[in-house]
Amino acid sequence: MLHVALVFAPLLGAVFAGLFGRVLGDGASRLIACGFMTVSALISIVVFHQVAIEHETVVIELMTWMDSEAFEVAWTLRFDELTAVMTLVVSVVSCLIHWYSIGYMAHDPHVPRFFAYLSLFTFAMLMLVTADNFVQMFFGWEGVGLCSYLLIGFWFDRPSANAAAIKAFVVNRVGDFGFALGIMAIFLVFESVDFATVFAAAPEVAGSSMVFLGREFDTLTVITLLLFVGAMGKSAQLGLHTWLPDAMEGPTPVSALIHAATMVTAGVFMVARCSPLFEYAPDTLMVITVVGASTAFFAATVGLVQNDIKRVIAYSTCSQLGYMFFAIGVSAYSAAIFHLMTHAFFKALLFLGAGSVIHAMADEQDMRRMGGIYTLMPLTYAIMWIGSLALAGIPFFAGFYSKDIILEAAYADGTGFGDYAFGLGIVAAFLTAFYSWRLLFMTFHGRVRAEPSVMARVHDAPKIMMIPLVLLSLGALFAGFVAYGAMVGEGSGFWGGSLFVLPENDTVAAAHHVPFWVKASPTVLAVAGIGVAWWFYIARPGIPPAIATMHRPIYVFLSRKWYFDELYDLAFVRPAKRIGHALWRGGDGRVIDGFGPDGVSAAVVRLAHRAARLQTGYVYHYAFAMLVGVVGFVSWFFYAIGG
Amino acid sequence: MIDFPLLSLVTFLPTVGAAFILLIRGEEAVVARNARWVAMWTTTMTFCASLAIWFWFNPSTAEFQFVEKKAWIGGGIDYHMGVDGISLLFVLLTTLLTPLCVLASWEAISTRVKEYMIAFLIMETMMIGVFCALDVVVFYLFFEGGLIPMFLIIGGWGGERRIYATFKFFLYTLLGSVLMLLAVLAMYLKAGTTDIPTLMNTGFDVSWQRWLWLAFFAAFAVKIPMWPVHTWLPDAHVEAPTAGSVILAGVLLKIGGYGFLRFSIPMLPEATEFFTPLVYALSVVAIVYTSLVALMQEDMKKLIAYSSVAHMGFVTIGIFTFTTQGIEGGIMVMLSHGLVSAALFLIVGVVYDRMHTREIARYGGLVHRMPVYAAVFMVVALANVGLPGTSGFVGEFLVLVGIFRVDTWVAFLATTGIVLSVAYTLWLYRRVIYGKLEKAELKEISDLDWREIAVFAPLIVLVLFFGVYPQPLLDVMHVSVANLIESHDMAMNGGGGVARLGR
Repeated sequence: MLHVALVFAPLLGAVFAGLFGRVLGDGASRLIACGFMTVSALISIVVFHQVAIEHETVVIELMTWMDSEAFEVAWTLRFDELTAVMTLVVSVVSCLIHWYSIGYMAHDPHVPRFFAYLSLFTFAMLMLVTADNFVQMFFGWEGVGLCSYLLIGFWFDRPSANAAAIKAFVVNRVGDFGFALGIMAIFLVFESVDFATVFAAAPEVAGSSMVFLGREFDTLTVITLLLFVGAMGKSAQLGLHTWLPDAMEGPTPVSALIHAATMVTAGVFMVARCSPLFEYAPDTLMVITVVGASTAFFAATVGLVQNDIKRVIAYSTCSQLGYMFFAIGVSAYSAAIFHLMTHAFFKALLFLGAGSVIHAMADEQDMRRMGGIYTLMPLTYAIMWIGSLALAGIPFFAGFYSKDIILEAAYADGTGFGDYAFGLGIVAAFLTAFYSWRLLFMTFHGRVRAEPSVMARVHDAPKIMMIPLVLLSLGALFAGFVAYGAMVGEGSGFWGGSLFVLPENDTVAAAHHVPFWVKASPTVLAVAGIGVAWWFYIARPGIPPAIATMHRPIYVFLSRKWYFDELYDLAFVRPAKRIGHALWRGGDGRVIDGFGPDGVSAAVVRLAHRAARLQTGYVYHYAFAMLVGVVGFVSWFFYAIGG
Repeated sequence: MIDFPLLSLVTFLPTVGAAFILLIRGEEAVVARNARWVAMWTTTMTFCASLAIWFWFNPSTAEFQFVEKKAWIGGGIDYHMGVDGISLLFVLLTTLLTPLCVLASWEAISTRVKEYMIAFLIMETMMIGVFCALDVVVFYLFFEGGLIPMFLIIGGWGGERRIYATFKFFLYTLLGSVLMLLAVLAMYLKAGTTDIPTLMNTGFDVSWQRWLWLAFFAAFAVKIPMWPVHTWLPDAHVEAPTAGSVILAGVLLKIGGYGFLRFSIPMLPEATEFFTPLVYALSVVAIVYTSLVALMQEDMKKLIAYSSVAHMGFVTIGIFTFTTQGIEGGIMVMLSHGLVSAALFLIVGVVYDRMHTREIARYGGLVHRMPVYAAVFMVVALANVGLPGTSGFVGEFLVLVGIFRVDTWVAFLATTGIVLSVAYTLWLYRRVIYGKLEKAELKEISDLDWREIAVFAPLIVLVLFFGVYPQPLLDVMHVSVANLIESHDMAMNGGGGVARLGR
């Protein structure tokens, strides 16, 4: 009952706020939504204790969903150690962001709708992480995608927000295309979509082959690659990342909850959940390592030159997701989930901090029009420092523990792919520190660049927004330190059976025995990054523009985000529209109708004119008469033969 | 219960109602009001009676139930009615949608209301008859008979190019069904009966089967419709009045899919197997081709019509997998599409009644004036893209699971449909609903009234309910579908139900 309430309380909140928001009014509906969400968050703590500390796995079957011969799917809630961590992160962060939103969205005309979407999102996310089979996971998966779409397009008057919302949904669906095919392949091979059945049978299936698209491939490699395509879409990995920066069109609490802390990490969760499959697909793991490391590097480089405060953090999220993926690629699932958790706290913190700044600066998001406000909003400033320190991986902040263990695991992997990931990972660590402090310095320091009328009203946010921030910053400060031993410590049995690693792939254990320089280098590079940022943006503010003009092609390449959007527009969007138009006018109009009904009727008209010059009338009448004639003839024929 | 002719009652009750309407005389306004009410009562009663069929239906047997058999023409041609787990669901779909259509036409149709309602009631009789018929001649009569009221509805109450559209619709369908008539005659020649259950067990020569199959295929492929004989559908939809489109998309298209299940597969198994690649090819083309075409439409109804063709591509793929998931999925897609496309055309109808245009560019920002409408539209749009939790997902996913077991290429190409459907549906939604409300003529547009909400409410509830719990429908069809597959496998392998995997 408790477990069911944990998942369904947010749905109740969404239903109340969504259906009765107009009747209840803004105040009541947001309180109801926040109330249900708080209940859910409190329960998640209890459940976390029961499941993750006491190691008591709970499976609750609610009812049948679909049952078509062997294809049996039930609505089931599954709580094991991995789920417990995820539910804790999701509902606690969501709860804090709900309360923050009361302040942030106070002046919006659509408050109930906002809270309905936000609660609905949380419900879908909880369904995703508590799923016991692939189809239910797909339900949550598409559900969070839907809510993401609704919330990105929340301000539906803005064309840019609408475009970003559709882009997010469509790009996610491209990923879901892979996920769906993966589920179909799983059912073909395993005759089941239940996690327990599939995972138990994985070792037997390993090494067998299946025919896919007319060619023979290793079964588990095909399945896991298809699943990974789904993960790439949701977690904005290189190639399918283009929707994430645009998603910043949504209100900032949405960016914090969906596009930083929870939804975008669903891909990481999914792959970790399927670790019993991925472990037997070494080729897929290599692909994941390369994609993850490349994303971590790519997004960090683009983050260097963005001027929109939210976009910098968005690219940072993309980059950090890359870390999580290459951790998975080297079989360090626990490290990936550990980083997922710490990241949820400090990235939500950074986004909400940025939200406070945007709020204070009269909805300004361009850092070039900020600056010199750190004395005016000291608490926000401090919070942004904490978030940045955690993100950069400065010792004893949350990100330090999780990022270091990932890099160490990559190094300990010992293969070329691991080295590739380690190399790009530490470069990205330097870049991360640099762009984080570039953000801090441009936003809070330097000369005042905003209008005086705006500056007059710059202040720290009200308590309802600051308290969630303070609580989140506790997470950013201590989550790493507290959880390190349990989640990735040597010989810790924390994860029980929820994560599976082949003995020979156990890089997390090996990560504790890497050379000192490996352990130290991320920290050194992070500090160096901060130093360079200080030099560029405080000490010598003339340097960045000079570099930009000197290396113009590189600067443009980065600020155009490696030309992915342009490329996709050219390769997919325009051709689709052109082909659609051509098929419509040409295929349907000229060819099918031209040679079909219209052509025939035109021919009949000509024939009729030429041959008979009968009374003019509708040509269809002639065709009609012909058909009637055919019917009559056939009937006569049948009668003559049969009778 | 078996003695009572329940199926005939459900089939002909609407005709009785039509006869009553025919008797109404008097002032025009009074006639119109009475005609509406009689139609409403008749269709509602019919729906309740059809629920009785569902209630007493035994889902544990594949036998036809509620069977009625009366000597009719003689020579093996009888009046034979009955339902199994497949046809029952279509009967229910028909009886559900018709009262909603009457309600939706309440104010939209203001001229010749009496004739309109008569046409609609006759239409309902014909549709129910098609699904209940167990004799090919009876089936054919209902099948063709349904054309006439639809022809009149589009031609009499349609838009500007209605004459072109009606004749295109009529000729296409007639051409297909003339070929079917030939096939029926040939079957009669061979088997000496037109009794459907008997024909299912006749076992025609393989060489005959192919010709018969092609003749049936011509009729059903036009009806469902499959690419490339689909072009009548967008024109017919665009010109039809709202309720006409609802019936056309909601029920008439399904007759094609039902025909495959009732005739092609059980009666002509070898030919079905032989032509399956053709069906796959046409279906995949339909999904990709019409989805791309839908992307570029400027007329709301045309967009939805093309989207229907794409969805029917899923149906034909699913049916021809001969797997449980595929066929059950195909039926689910048909039922779900019956609800969803009906709702979509009603949604267009709502704004058409107010603005008298279907051009997408004439709208924009409706959410500002019509929040309830926007919410309804959103739910229906999501069902159209097959979002999990809506009935659209269950069917599509089952079809894909089924086809993946048979042919991964077809599965791969069909799955692209889920990406494209999002693009065209959300793009439509965004252009109509979102954005600023800038067009002067839209400033005074009003939100849904209670009558309109009453039309949408059952559709929305069912779409969501069957998305979360489709079992009531699946349970009805299980045994009949299993029987269909079993007899198909028997015919193909002489009894060995070998799984046909991984081709």
